[in-house]
Amino acid sequence: MPAVSKGDGMRGLAVFISDIRNCKSKEAEIKRINKELANIRSKFKGDKALDGYSKKKYVCKLLFIFLLGHDIDFGHMEAVNLLSSNKYTEKQIGYLFISVLVNSNSELIRLINNAIKNDLASRNPTSMCLALHCIANVGSREMGEAFAADIPRILVAGDSMDSVKQSAALCLLRLYKASPDLVPMGEWTARVVHLLNDQHMGVVTAAVSLITCLCKKNPDDFKTCISLAVSRLSRIVSSASTDLQDYTYYFVPAPWLSVKLLRLLQCYPPPEDAAVKGRLVECLETVLNKAQEPPKSKKVQHSNAKNAILFETISLIIHYDSEPNLLVRACNQLGQFLQHRETNLRYLALESMCTLASSEFSHEAVKTHIDTVINALKTERDVSVRQRAADLLYAMCDRSNAKQIVSEMLRYLETADYAIREEIVLKVAILAEKYAVDYSWYVDTILNLIRIAGDYVSEEVWYRVLQIVTNRDDVQGYAAKTVFEALQAPACHENMVKVGGYILGEFGNLIAGDPRSSPPVQFSLLHSKFHLCSVATRALLLSTYIKFINLFPETKATIQGVLRAGSQLRNADVELQQRAVEYLTLSSVASTDVLATVLEEMPPFPERESSILAKLKRKKGPGAASGLDDGRRDASNNDINGGVEPTASTLSTPSPSADLLGLRAAPPPATAPAPASAGNLLVDVFSDSPAAQPSLGPTPEEAFLSELEPPAPESPMGLLADPAPVADPGPEDIGPPIPEADELLNKFVCKNNGVLFENQLLQIGVKSEFRQNLGRMYLFYGNKTSMQFQNFAPTVVHPGDLQTQLAVQTKRVATQVDGGAQVQQVLNIECLRDFLTPPLLLVRFRYGGAPQSLTLKLPVTINKFFQPTEMAAQDFFQRWKQLSLPLQEAQKIFKANHPMDAEVTKAKLLGFGSALLDNVDPNPENFVGAGIIQTKALQVGCLLRLEPNAQAQMYRLTLRTSKEPVSRHLCELLAQQF
Amino acid sequence: MFRNFKIIYRRYAGLYFCICVDVSDNNLAYLEAIHNFVEVLNEYFHNVCELDLVFNFYKVYTVVDEMFLAGEIRETSQTKVLKQLLMLQSLE
Repeated sequence: MPAVSKGDGMRGLAVFISDIRNCKSKEAEIKRINKELANIRSKFKGDKALDGYSKKKYVCKLLFIFLLGHDIDFGHMEAVNLLSSNKYTEKQIGYLFISVLVNSNSELIRLINNAIKNDLASRNPTSMCLALHCIANVGSREMGEAFAADIPRILVAGDSMDSVKQSAALCLLRLYKASPDLVPMGEWTARVVHLLNDQHMGVVTAAVSLITCLCKKNPDDFKTCISLAVSRLSRIVSSASTDLQDYTYYFVPAPWLSVKLLRLLQCYPPPEDAAVKGRLVECLETVLNKAQEPPKSKKVQHSNAKNAILFETISLIIHYDSEPNLLVRACNQLGQFLQHRETNLRYLALESMCTLASSEFSHEAVKTHIDTVINALKTERDVSVRQRAADLLYAMCDRSNAKQIVSEMLRYLETADYAIREEIVLKVAILAEKYAVDYSWYVDTILNLIRIAGDYVSEEVWYRVLQIVTNRDDVQGYAAKTVFEALQAPACHENMVKVGGYILGEFGNLIAGDPRSSPPVQFSLLHSKFHLCSVATRALLLSTYIKFINLFPETKATIQGVLRAGSQLRNADVELQQRAVEYLTLSSVASTDVLATVLEEMPPFPERESSILAKLKRKKGPGAASGLDDGRRDASNNDINGGVEPTASTLSTPSPSADLLGLRAAPPPATAPAPASAGNLLVDVFSDSPAAQPSLGPTPEEAFLSELEPPAPESPMGLLADPAPVADPGPEDIGPPIPEADELLNKFVCKNNGVLFENQLLQIGVKSEFRQNLGRMYLFYGNKTSMQFQNFAPTVVHPGDLQTQLAVQTKRVATQVDGGAQVQQVLNIECLRDFLTPPLLLVRFRYGGAPQSLTLKLPVTINKFFQPTEMAAQDFFQRWKQLSLPLQEAQKIFKANHPMDAEVTKAKLLGFGSALLDNVDPNPENFVGAGIIQTKALQVGCLLRLEPNAQAQMYRLTLRTSKEPVSRHLCELLAQQF
Repeated sequence: MFRNFKIIYRRYAGLYFCICVDVSDNNLAYLEAIHNFVEVLNEYFHNVCELDLVFNFYKVYTVVDEMFLAGEIRETSQTKVLKQLLMLQSLE
């Protein structure tokens, strides 16, 4: 085989390159380059026409100079001239220059396109390939416009050479990726699919890449590729290692083509045809079997190529998630890799196993490898591998192994890399909560976390422990005792002081009986930490002190002494000063009864999604492991919530709706149930008291309280429901709505804006407005990860005969959502007639190669089309009587789920859409409303009456409408809200 | 990891060969694609060394275009690629 000699053919170029390489300094190099540039310029401008060879040589020199990092602003015209040369080498250099130094000069583009056109039509495969490669490398819109229609023709033409077909396929792929609108689908698509049968494996390889990309947007057009891909794969997999000759790589038959075919199959659900499916399963089994065979070569290339296919096979098995037998075999195979001496393999095995852990079929099998994984966490030398091990432990954790995993993670935390500590802390906190059987274990775990990695324990973590302790009275005494002991340590983390201060303030009385932790001891223990703490902690401790005065009257004098000290009363920090003044006054002027009411134990927190989980979700895209830092990152991630976050100082009242999770653009406060909190109460008392100033801004404590208060209770389901990736249900069938869908829907019955859904990957926010029978809804999809979502396709589906009742027009959204980005989708809604079930929102996309699918209920309920109607008492009763048929009335008697607050109730009824009528009901406690539901076909008049019974904590709700199903439906919707 | 992509690389003497691929792409397949490419270079330049690549940079582009196009693998058969390269070599 002839070797290529240095710069053969172009001596001048070789000399120039040698000169440059011999330059001793940067200056000398620049000097040499400038000399050359001047030379070339003069040659190009010279009167003498240059021959093709010289042009080629100079253009090539320019290219080299450009590649060294210098700007080149001439030579394009000479390069374009080379395109029409009939010598291959000249043409090649011309195309190369154009591809590398694309220029947007329109005159030039016209000339280039002309040259390309000629070459495409030349029927000379070499020229055609050069032209196609140029289009593929440039991929500009102009080229797309000029050639997108021609290339499919070249691709499927019977007389095209194989190499041309290969290039044409990939060239088309590039144009499609750059401007999909320019590539028209047509009858050629069917013929492209048949390229999978082509004799030439190179053509097949190129065609698979093209089809994999095209079928993502047009799955139905390419459906026939499944059986062709399976039979192709089957032929490769079952071939002997030398059958494919040219395409055998280190004894592995066509590894890249196999990988590509397996990836193509991952765009579709399992084949429906039993024969095809059988053949495919056979293939997958063969691959798994081959992994067990002794290697045919000791070379790493052999095992890499083999394992590339194996991992892709496992991905497909996980994607199907329907063959328990294969899943378990895949898991065992990965288990072997966990102990392999190749670090790359151990890494990949941990990564793949993480997805296997979430499949119900293989979860148990994954768990059997726990010891190996724990060992990896301890002994792996590469941090990225340890990170994967930690991820896997988190994924495989369940009730049976939680204690072991949590304790291992805690141990690992002591030596963990700083970059991943916070994430480990969050994971430990979540697992401890999720799988806590006895809550003393949970409390121990969290306090250990603070002890080991206090700096990395974010606010969410210790807020959460307080929520849980407050809500579970069986653990309060234990918690008080434990924090008391933990605080004995001479140096304890400030977060420990915060938790300790809060818990002792609430539950210190539970351990006060023991003389070792008598009230004065508790107080002096806390106060011994006071001076070393930050302002926020000291503020919290001051609140603890006033609670002590209430809990333990014997400490009153001491504490008043502390509050009265100049260092408090005249503290330079306004917050501390205010607290000291207010608490001191409160303790002196208020009677014990008032004090006891004001400082009553905190009411239980309504159950809601764990704030920690929310935080981890915000943090975590699988790839985001490395760049973990706290504050800034969180702030930027909040932006994708689509809400403007009011800073504490802009809130004039403690907002009960300020929420860690939700859209912070405070929804109308009235729509959120506001359980009376000590924070609110405290302010109220003070604003009535002439002795103290009303709080102007929210104090840190209020902010803290409001952080803990959810805007609306969420289902316990949502609490820790781990959204496992759902297998792609296929284009036709829609998965059932997620279990929380109804709860989520209920949140929106009385409001129009908020967060509809959130998991680790995605947040969906809603803003909507309705008028008459029309509505417009904006859905905001936020990608919470750092990786792009692909094939992102949210669609609205009308189950049953909803189609005839409600028209929803959706605008298409971009199919790719970049990491951290948000896309907006506009929905135009028209209510045609009364309807009972909401439309479904089907969100599908690919994340990290795995298809994700999610079905939610779109928050469109019939009451959105309410038109409030004002009427006098007389009219109301007259109409009430008119609607007296038994079926026109729906009634429900139910227990209050939220505190019975008249203002909140009013706000909800208004949010529901009806007008509120005063002075209608003889009983002023009752609420009466009226409205008309506007649909295109008809109007439905509605009257409603809500009778609260505060004593029994019950409501009676009565609805009368002119349409019987509507009465029942409205009654059900509304009853959920109180 | 690099922005929304990952970089797969392999070192040969003093040279690193890198490919930037989607995060979900198959690591090992691309690792071997690099090796396949380097073997072709080695064959084409007869014991390739860094200087060959510098002095014949414009030919390296041709090799790349034969094997990778539009961000995808175009041809994986070393025999076929070399045959094509030699054919092009013989053209004037």
